[in-house]
Amino acid sequence: MKSLQKHQLERVGKSLTGFCIAVVILVVGSLVVMVAQRGLSAFAVDGVDLWGFLSGVTWNPHQPDASGAPTVGALPMIFGSFAVTLLSCLFVIPFALGSAIYTVEVNPKFGNTVFRPALELLVGIPSVVFGLVGLTIVVPWIRGWSGGTGYGILAGSLVLAVMVLPTVTSLIIDALNAVPAAYRMSSSALGGTRWQNTWHIVLKAATPGILTAIILGMARAFGEALAVQMVIGNAATIPDSLVSPAATLTSVLTTSMGNEAMGTVYNDVLWSLALILLLMSLVFILIVHIIGNRSEVKHG
Amino acid sequence: MASDIKAQVSRAKREDKIATGILMAIVAFIFILLAALIVYIIASGAQKAFDPSFLTGKPEQFKEGGGIGPELFNSFYLLVLTMIISVPLSLGAAIYLVEYAPGNRVTHIIKTVIEVLSSLPSIVVGLFGFLLFVIYFGWGFSIISGAFALTIFNIPLLVRVIQQALESVPTTQRDAGLALGLTRWETTIHILLPTAMPAIITGIILSAGRVFGEAAALIYTAGQSAPMLDFTCLDFSSPTCPWNIFRPAETLAVHIWKINSEGVVPDLAAISNGTAAVLMICVLLFNLIARFVGKRVGKKLVAE
Repeated sequence: MKSLQKHQLERVGKSLTGFCIAVVILVVGSLVVMVAQRGLSAFAVDGVDLWGFLSGVTWNPHQPDASGAPTVGALPMIFGSFAVTLLSCLFVIPFALGSAIYTVEVNPKFGNTVFRPALELLVGIPSVVFGLVGLTIVVPWIRGWSGGTGYGILAGSLVLAVMVLPTVTSLIIDALNAVPAAYRMSSSALGGTRWQNTWHIVLKAATPGILTAIILGMARAFGEALAVQMVIGNAATIPDSLVSPAATLTSVLTTSMGNEAMGTVYNDVLWSLALILLLMSLVFILIVHIIGNRSEVKHG
Repeated sequence: MASDIKAQVSRAKREDKIATGILMAIVAFIFILLAALIVYIIASGAQKAFDPSFLTGKPEQFKEGGGIGPELFNSFYLLVLTMIISVPLSLGAAIYLVEYAPGNRVTHIIKTVIEVLSSLPSIVVGLFGFLLFVIYFGWGFSIISGAFALTIFNIPLLVRVIQQALESVPTTQRDAGLALGLTRWETTIHILLPTAMPAIITGIILSAGRVFGEAAALIYTAGQSAPMLDFTCLDFSSPTCPWNIFRPAETLAVHIWKINSEGVVPDLAAISNGTAAVLMICVLLFNLIARFVGKRVGKKLVAE
């Protein structure tokens, strides 16, 4: 009798937790399917030309173009998203790498007791607060020396750089910590200075981890919506400089989705933009996996 | 020859010194940046943030002197609801992954699914919530739509934290439980969860800080309007009843974004700085509490 109860208890436990997993998978599955379905209806139902959508430079869905089709060139937003992502990574890499090397190789005690908690604090700052700081400090500062409005890709990248810095830095710290201590010792035994050990041995061994950290940082920068929307200027054109107003996929979604009724062409192409965001985050995950598999093959 | 080596050694040493100097400068820069950020955010809004009439007042759309009373309440209410839904779900999912899932293809797929969810932009999660909860389920812009959207946003982080906490429990403890004739479920409930509890609680509180400041997932689910709340109202279907889960509820984070994108309130800067300071103080408190509670619970469960 007792053992039967145990048997039942085990079954209850397993189905209870299995149910939770099933719910999570169902949610993700329906998210992907529903966003894809809405995102594709612009092409399947409204007859928007896919290539024209991806390469067109004019975004004005309320205005039909010469052939009578709605003018939905999404290239300015795609360009804007990639530009802020790449530029913010360019800003972040030296700082993330430098501070990670310092905390792992030079002063681990300081790293664990002071620097890591500080990074966690920085992760916790809400993105709208970053957007607000960008709006009140970064934009006026750029306006001061550029002569323009101050809104644009540069402002967006600077705000994003500070936002993704903690994520990238702590992932690089993990990657450096994962390098076996024996590597450093053997290099020291050969007479290498600390910098030589770091530069020639540790960084080489940790390269896959560092790349993963950067990709995950890019994924976060690519998908960030409100902070970027507040400082980018929201002009759906390809800007002629880093300090003129631009737009990203996320900024257009944020500002327009609420104004367009469900089922209109405008609304459908907005969902197509959301689908691009979804696909890009899958691409980032895929790259991370490829990097992981490659380094596994290399090191057995 | 000997002088050649000497020159090389001294060059390597010099490079080492320069590199260390640069690294220190980078770390110092990040520290100054972080300190300046936090001090600036709190200092520029402190005057408003400690003013009771601002914290409890009614928001104004076109006049000066609006408060953030409903937003403050909404933020906490939404946080509590989100945690009530997402903690049990994530706990169950993580326990299944660590204790029951066989190491095969299916587990691999499940892990990938959670990874995908964690990399999704929060605006996409918000739009999905808009589609499913607001439109298909017909809940409209409401607290319950927002709470479910935030749950989707919170699950991957929580599952990962709980998973790591469970995995870091030594295998010997698990084996000992099973050897004593306990089932896997009993081992998990009576041995593994108590041991992992400090890390789990720290993770939950840190994720609460993230949920508290999230806005992109909410603008199209919980909505961007905050009707004034009447705390004496007990009619759960009334839009002014604070506990009604089907009323629209703008949070602090959404409020900052909304007044800045509309830009019609005359004292815009003061209100957004004040709201940002309140948000920042709450997030700092979550961070401190997470550290403190984690340590306390750890001592209580392990030492005695």
